[in-house]
Amino acid sequence: MKVTVYGPGCANCTKLEAAAREAVKQLGIEAEVTKVTDVAEIAKAGVLLTPALAIDGQMVLRGKVADVSEVMSLITSAMDGS
Amino acid sequence: MAESGTLDSDVRSEPRPWRVRALALVAALGAWWLVYTHLVGFARWLTSTAFGLTEGTRMAGAVEFFVFEVPKVILLLVLVVFGVGIVRSFFTPERTRSLLAGRLEVVGNVLAAGLGVVTPFCSCSAVPLFIGFVEAGVPLGVTFSFLIAAPMVNEVAVVLLCGLVGWRVAALYVAAGLSVAIVSGWTIGRLKLERHVEGWVYEIRSAGDAGDGQQLTFAGRIDYGLEQVRTIVGKVWPFIVAGIAVGAGIHGYVPEGALASVMGKGAWWSVPAAVVLGVPMYSNAAGIVPVIQALLGKGAALGTALAFMMSVIALSLPEMIILRKVLKPRLIGAFVAIVAFGIAVVGFLFNAIM
Repeated sequence: MKVTVYGPGCANCTKLEAAAREAVKQLGIEAEVTKVTDVAEIAKAGVLLTPALAIDGQMVLRGKVADVSEVMSLITSAMDGS
Repeated sequence: MAESGTLDSDVRSEPRPWRVRALALVAALGAWWLVYTHLVGFARWLTSTAFGLTEGTRMAGAVEFFVFEVPKVILLLVLVVFGVGIVRSFFTPERTRSLLAGRLEVVGNVLAAGLGVVTPFCSCSAVPLFIGFVEAGVPLGVTFSFLIAAPMVNEVAVVLLCGLVGWRVAALYVAAGLSVAIVSGWTIGRLKLERHVEGWVYEIRSAGDAGDGQQLTFAGRIDYGLEQVRTIVGKVWPFIVAGIAVGAGIHGYVPEGALASVMGKGAWWSVPAAVVLGVPMYSNAAGIVPVIQALLGKGAALGTALAFMMSVIALSLPEMIILRKVLKPRLIGAFVAIVAFGIAVVGFLFNAIM
């Protein structure tokens, strides 16, 4: 599973990245958390409002700082769907 | 995946029924009103009874001003940010983009400035937003109208101006900010500066609308509003406390009219000077409004003070550095010059007619 955080490095983006890492840790799943900071890459992904979060290439969150439990539930529902 | 089922039931909490939210909301609004209407008495009681200060002294005046204004402005901010948050939950940037794509100038500029106020915006995503707009066929000038209005005209600026300076000045600020955004964007569009956008911007083919986002429920919108309150009020309250503390000191101790000769109506050069000084500076509305209030109180002319506020909020060095990624220097120069000129015109106009 791939979890991608999109954000150029503002405070909110860092918070979301931390929440994503913590969520993966707490779920104890095999997942790679990456962060995309290049604005051109962020734009290419179709993100207009950062921070955004994608799970396996599917955009699940945009313009919102989610807390750990919310990211956990997003990951588990993505796992259900696949 | 065998595990996912068990994890799922642990993690997902049952959504509360919307009736509970509605009741809680009504109760919260009632409590808000009760507190707000009792602030004057509370401030007086705190100053004279709890702190034991003699009424009528300078110290008592300054303290009463502080213990009244701080909770008042923060209460107003909580209510307005919550309300605007609910409104914003209806406007995603994706939706605004599709409303603006292919719009003709003038109508597009007006619409973009208006949407700039209600669409959620974060200055750190200005560049991806710019690319996304241009790629979807939003004209360059219309995109700029949005980018100028979004940070400049917002609920924090309006609440602080209303609370500390007065609703007339707040209304003037909104009208002036929207006008500058509309006219500057339109001018940039007329100048046909598209070739001064970095070429790679036009080559980007994004993944399109990567899902239309979540369709929010009533409870979701309330949560969004509360989250906005937490983030925005959480970020600006120290500025408000510090700004009002300085303001309280000025109210009590600095003579009126101290600034009249430098920033008053008579000094015509003070408007361009305020803009030149304000452009490279950056502060959010919460930091600058208490300063504006202090300037006005010491005899600065309204047009000069508003021109200073607008140039600090709308234009800044960090923003130009961020935009340099997508704009060539000449377009950045044109953008800064046009917006600064518009702000100066507004300043002169207000000084002349008020």
